[in-house]
Amino acid sequence: MQRHLISAADLTRDDAVLILDTAEEMARVADRPIKKLPTLRGRTVVNLFFEDSTRTRISFEAAEKRLSADVINFTAKGSSVSKGESLKDTAQTLEAMGVDAVVIRHGASGAPYRLATSGWIDAAVINAGDGTHQHPTQALLDAFTMRRRLVGRDAGIGQDLAGKRITLVGDILHSRVARSNVDLLHTLGAEVTLVAPPTLVPVGVESWPCEVSYDLDSTLPKSDAVMLLRVQRERMNAAFFPTEREYSRRYGLDGDRMARMPEHAIVMHPGPMVRGMEITAEVADSERCTAIEQVTNGVSIRMAVLYLLLGGNEPAVTHTRTEEK
Amino acid sequence: MSKILIRGARVLGGEPQDVLIDGETIAAVGAGLSDEGAEVVEADGKVLLPGLVDLHTHLREPGREDSETVLTGTRAAASGGYTAVFAMANTFPVADTAGVVEQVYRLGQEHGYCDVQPIGAVTVGLEGKKLAELGAMHESAAGVTVFSDDGKCVDDAVIMRRALEYVKAFGGVVAQHAQEPRLTEGAQMNEGVVSAELGLGGWPAVAEESVIARDVLLAEHVGSRVHICHLSTAGSVEIVRWAKSRGIDVTAEVTPHHLLLTDELVRTYNPVYKVNPPLRTERDVLALREALADGTIDIVATDHAPHPHEDKDCEWAAAAMGMVGLETALSVVQETMVETGLLDWATVADRMSFAPARIGRATGHGRPVSAGEPANLTLVDTAYRGSVDPAGFASRSRNTPYEGRELPGRVTHTWLRGKATLVDGKLA
Repeated sequence: MQRHLISAADLTRDDAVLILDTAEEMARVADRPIKKLPTLRGRTVVNLFFEDSTRTRISFEAAEKRLSADVINFTAKGSSVSKGESLKDTAQTLEAMGVDAVVIRHGASGAPYRLATSGWIDAAVINAGDGTHQHPTQALLDAFTMRRRLVGRDAGIGQDLAGKRITLVGDILHSRVARSNVDLLHTLGAEVTLVAPPTLVPVGVESWPCEVSYDLDSTLPKSDAVMLLRVQRERMNAAFFPTEREYSRRYGLDGDRMARMPEHAIVMHPGPMVRGMEITAEVADSERCTAIEQVTNGVSIRMAVLYLLLGGNEPAVTHTRTEEK
Repeated sequence: MSKILIRGARVLGGEPQDVLIDGETIAAVGAGLSDEGAEVVEADGKVLLPGLVDLHTHLREPGREDSETVLTGTRAAASGGYTAVFAMANTFPVADTAGVVEQVYRLGQEHGYCDVQPIGAVTVGLEGKKLAELGAMHESAAGVTVFSDDGKCVDDAVIMRRALEYVKAFGGVVAQHAQEPRLTEGAQMNEGVVSAELGLGGWPAVAEESVIARDVLLAEHVGSRVHICHLSTAGSVEIVRWAKSRGIDVTAEVTPHHLLLTDELVRTYNPVYKVNPPLRTERDVLALREALADGTIDIVATDHAPHPHEDKDCEWAAAAMGMVGLETALSVVQETMVETGLLDWATVADRMSFAPARIGRATGHGRPVSAGEPANLTLVDTAYRGSVDPAGFASRSRNTPYEGRELPGRVTHTWLRGKATLVDGKLA
């Protein structure tokens, strides 16, 4: 494992499988009456959020607390940042208070990379989403969810996603979730197809390790998992598509479309969902939709990442582990 | 004034000769000139060029003296072998009146390191709405002939047409920063494979090319000349080539960084590579080199854009666009054009001195190295190789993309009208 987690593209297959396997162990802790491990006792983690994201911040916070870390939450609003303090000064100020890891969410693509590589601070940096670049823990929790559902909770240990056909639908252009997933799923051996109107596919996508289609209906029968990405309504004002209705007619997942998926196939959504836009309530609330599971799995994945980056050599959980670091 | 004998200099890269400067003028060029009464500079086979002329410099004064002043900028220019620079209008206040351009011009003359020829804004406040008093700036002591809203595009077709027409009355030229604004909203880097991966807003080549296409057609329609700033794409080269083949009076510049660097560098997210227009692809770089070699692109211009450290020591999106270039331009041209066999030194002299002086009507600059001409000269040690150390820059800013990069060539002497502004690599 590297010192930082900036991009899903930085993970090797073995790194990724190790994280997924570790997350399975962490998940067992969640089933215990006392959901807490002493692993990061005495370590301080700051959640440095320059963008509003309650769900990601809470997920990290839960993971940090279950590992007994001391947690500092920092949100840019109302802080010195809103008075013009630079990222560098903010980070150095926090580090001066003795921080071991920085979990950063930032609206600017590359901000976590800068934080990790510019010599500003020494702490480990975990990217919790940067601009339209990367959101690696999201990709990891998505892969974790897929492995559990498509390979099996126990059968999946040590396994990747070889041969699984994963379809991502929606605003690929503006999505860090899409970029992270394409990188990680490819590393794990899955076959990825992106589906979107051409306006929401980036110029340059041809270099990505995936297929691109503009036709959802022809892709659905060949998918083991269909992940829907949020489509912000304001995109139509910039002429990315004509109307909400037209978007959901062409690219939204409703019950009829879901019926065209193979029986074992799952529907995924990183949230927050825009019901009636990319997903109908019928699909969102169906058994096949893993949106809620993904949230649960997010905590396990983030525990695994924090443990592997910060935990040192001690086993995370005191029972037999399948793989050692 | 004293005499200076430059002994054994390869004038424009030719056979070694002696060049005698008497006062402000070149007195003689030939073999075995007498050194009687002259200070001798042993050139030892170094290349002697006419003083370089930069048609595109940001000196930042007035308004952003924290990044550069006319003094520090012209010292940087002298260090880089320049004897004349054209100072862009995007200062605070904007150089859109006779008062501002005269101030900048006067500061250049006072400091005496390099002639400063102010560029006037095309429109009031660079806002693209109303023509600035172009005639008044031309008639001022600064004698402005080049007009540009650089930093911003004159995107209104009618305003552009009128400006092109209007400056014909006094032989002026409009230098266009070609950037279709709607296509580049939120643009952070070249749109392509790398931007797709990095999740940075794309600046598509078409946003430059479509404006150039429009403007060469406008120039043809109204019979004006037009100059294209910092041309950066292979497609722009094709359009300019086509326009020239039609007889349209268009000239174009390329920056050193667009001749050397590509958008692959943006993968570091280091804002030192953030510039406008953005670094493009390898294919563009090769097309630009070829175009500079065949004359489709007329000149090299630095787009020297100093920024204080804090404006680059941050995340990519928050960083300012631009790089300093005056002190590394000739080295980059040697690296990309001379050492690749694309240009000889005589043609470098054309692209970096004769042609820019001609486009900008800079009197006394870009003249042949021969008797009777003003002694604006640059001596280059072309055998030198060394890595770029920004700590040694004369510029107030250090935002160079070449830090630590090994580049060939080093300017050792610069003379402005016979007065040494740089001696043995040190500012006089």
